[in-house]
Amino acid sequence: MNDHYRRIFREEASELLIELETALLDLEQSPSDIDLIGRVFRALHTLKGSSAMFGYEEAAAFTHEIETVFELFREGGGAVGKELIGLTLQARDLIMAMLTASGESTGDLADRARQMVASFQMQVPVAATAMSSTPTASHPLPAAVPAAFHIRYQPGEETFRSGVNPVTLFNELHLLGECRVTVITDAVPPLEELDPSRCHLAWEIHLVTDAGIDAIRDVFIFAGDDELEITPVEATGEAAKENGNRLSGNSQEAAADSVVAEPAGMEPGREAISSIRIPAEKLDTLVNLVGELVTVQARLSQTAAGRDDAELVALAEEVERLTGELRDSALGIRMLPIGSTFNRFRRLVHDLATELGKEVDITCHGDETELDKTVIELLTDPLIHLIRNCIDHGIESPEVRVAAGKPRQGTVHLSAVHSGESVIITIADDGAGIDRQAVHERGLQKGLIPHGVELPDRELLNLIFSPGFSTSQEITSISGRGVGMDVVKRGVDALRGNISVASEQGKGTAVTIRMPLTLAIIESLLVQIGTDCYMLPLSLVEECLELTGNDAARANGRHLINVRGQIIPYIRLRDRFGVCGAPPAIEQVVVTELDGKRVGFAVDHVIGGHQTVIKSLGKVFRNVIGVSGATILGDGTVALILDIAELVQAEEQAEWAA
Amino acid sequence: MSRTILAVDDSASVRMMLSFTLKESGYRVIEAADGRDGLAMLKNQAVDMVITDLNMPNLDGIGLIRGIRENPTTRFTPVIMLTTESQDIRKNDARAAGATGWITKPFGPEQLLAAVRKVIG
Repeated sequence: MNDHYRRIFREEASELLIELETALLDLEQSPSDIDLIGRVFRALHTLKGSSAMFGYEEAAAFTHEIETVFELFREGGGAVGKELIGLTLQARDLIMAMLTASGESTGDLADRARQMVASFQMQVPVAATAMSSTPTASHPLPAAVPAAFHIRYQPGEETFRSGVNPVTLFNELHLLGECRVTVITDAVPPLEELDPSRCHLAWEIHLVTDAGIDAIRDVFIFAGDDELEITPVEATGEAAKENGNRLSGNSQEAAADSVVAEPAGMEPGREAISSIRIPAEKLDTLVNLVGELVTVQARLSQTAAGRDDAELVALAEEVERLTGELRDSALGIRMLPIGSTFNRFRRLVHDLATELGKEVDITCHGDETELDKTVIELLTDPLIHLIRNCIDHGIESPEVRVAAGKPRQGTVHLSAVHSGESVIITIADDGAGIDRQAVHERGLQKGLIPHGVELPDRELLNLIFSPGFSTSQEITSISGRGVGMDVVKRGVDALRGNISVASEQGKGTAVTIRMPLTLAIIESLLVQIGTDCYMLPLSLVEECLELTGNDAARANGRHLINVRGQIIPYIRLRDRFGVCGAPPAIEQVVVTELDGKRVGFAVDHVIGGHQTVIKSLGKVFRNVIGVSGATILGDGTVALILDIAELVQAEEQAEWAA
Repeated sequence: MSRTILAVDDSASVRMMLSFTLKESGYRVIEAADGRDGLAMLKNQAVDMVITDLNMPNLDGIGLIRGIRENPTTRFTPVIMLTTESQDIRKNDARAAGATGWITKPFGPEQLLAAVRKVIG
């Protein structure tokens, strides 16, 4: 809070003190006028509230004492004596002095305030008891060991009309620990009687947290006592106590009980109440088996389609349906919300910001977005790297930010959203942005940009992902970016993800990572070139078009196709892979979109959609550009899975070279 | 899109503190000096949440909440009331009138933001 605000506060406080004085003097004339007492009370009250907020704690505490006295009169009526008015007037002068005091005189003022409080207490003996209960928020130590709680939240019918949104409460509970929310719909009336503005739902929540029962109570702080029951779940995992301890009642003893009962912390037994812990390898085996099953099922379907046997076809369809469900649930088991990872970053941001003397807030969006466990684990390091970059180089020091007309506090925003078969994770900051000039110079220096070539903006920014940008200290101090971005990119690439950066100088930088939902199985488009089959990730495919010899001729041999007025470049995979033989008269172009760029791929035939179980390539082929893996088709042949991003990039590089 | 919060308090410095803190955190803030002023502003401006003082001239916080709950367009809008620990009885009145929650004065920026996040996520 800067001085400007304090000055305005002091101006307002002196107005309030004048109002207080006037009201007190009027009160002296008519000592039992309840309106006048109200005026005195209100002035004191406002004064107390705002002085505390602007850092005048002593003045606030002192004002609180006087206010309490007047509250007694306001509630209970009665005449305010002349002595009390005189004393209050003195108190008013003291408050004035406290608000304008500076440095050495404050100790003296505090002494005077203590004396005066004592005089007030003598004046109004009744008030003494009330005074002793100064606001002391009790914060008992949280239970340090994780404990399980059963929470029943049954808001009243009128809940929505008081603006309560239960979802925000559940989101908050998720931050406390692992939590499962079950909705109870028993009380929902038939549709014709349903009033959507009333709440007919109740929720049962199972929460495992180390934050203690008080933290849970804090989440539901606005809920009425009768709406909530919190029961600590016994360590043995037996059914919850019949009568839950009411929040308003002996909840603290309840918390203490659960701590005593469970000194060993979160044992599997506690969680076993409704979930099972199993080693991750078992899941991996399951997913691998499902992968094999999908492959066999594809063969079965293909075989069935080739024979004129209705019974076999029906069986194959049944197996196909079941396999699909099995695959979805097997993969679903491995899905985890990314929120827990985001939460780890809060701490990271806090620590880094403190260390670097910056003020940084972190905001998250899409905590509930689910990703394969392996993907989340492997993604953590690249994300940490990116967040470090944001704070270290992106966000400026508070002074610089203020000078640039930005809020002192910088913001790092994390978000995760589903988009088709992938998840898009964005790390954005509102810092200085990337200095393109510096990147350009560095690119020239490193030989990444040919002399005299003006790179398009996107490509220029992408240079920060090149190896060699990483170790350079001087560029980070100038441009504010570039520490180990190539490492990040390699990490993301290894997960078949894709990373891009957007930045506006002075406004900030956003790094976007697009990740596949799972590493095991993807939907892909099966295409044929010559005698070989290839797969394109279906999530990136937009449409398929025909390419006739005429079209090619019209473009004068350039690889461009006109799609409803838009010119799209395409890559002839036949040329790219050096496939021999003559192409068919009518080729197909598969149009894909990646990061807003549309690129076509010319192939001989498009065969159709395919469930692809990814098999990674062995050591020898791992670094082949343009291929991310392979799969086994229904008939047992191998098809390569194409890496569209790499193919496009390689083509672009080849073009510059040419 | 940043969310809009209406801050109603007869003290300019409290309003300023509210709007300073909330704007820092990316919310849009509009201010009103008392309940009557606040209701008038709600007529031509949609807000995501209201923060109001209890004791105010013209129309107090309870009156403001009643007004908000009577209007169909603002019926479900969360309202946080600023109270002092000495106003427990009034707190119950506020709850009955339809207040979503309250913040006890004096409060700091963290407490304010925690309460705001609690009701509008």
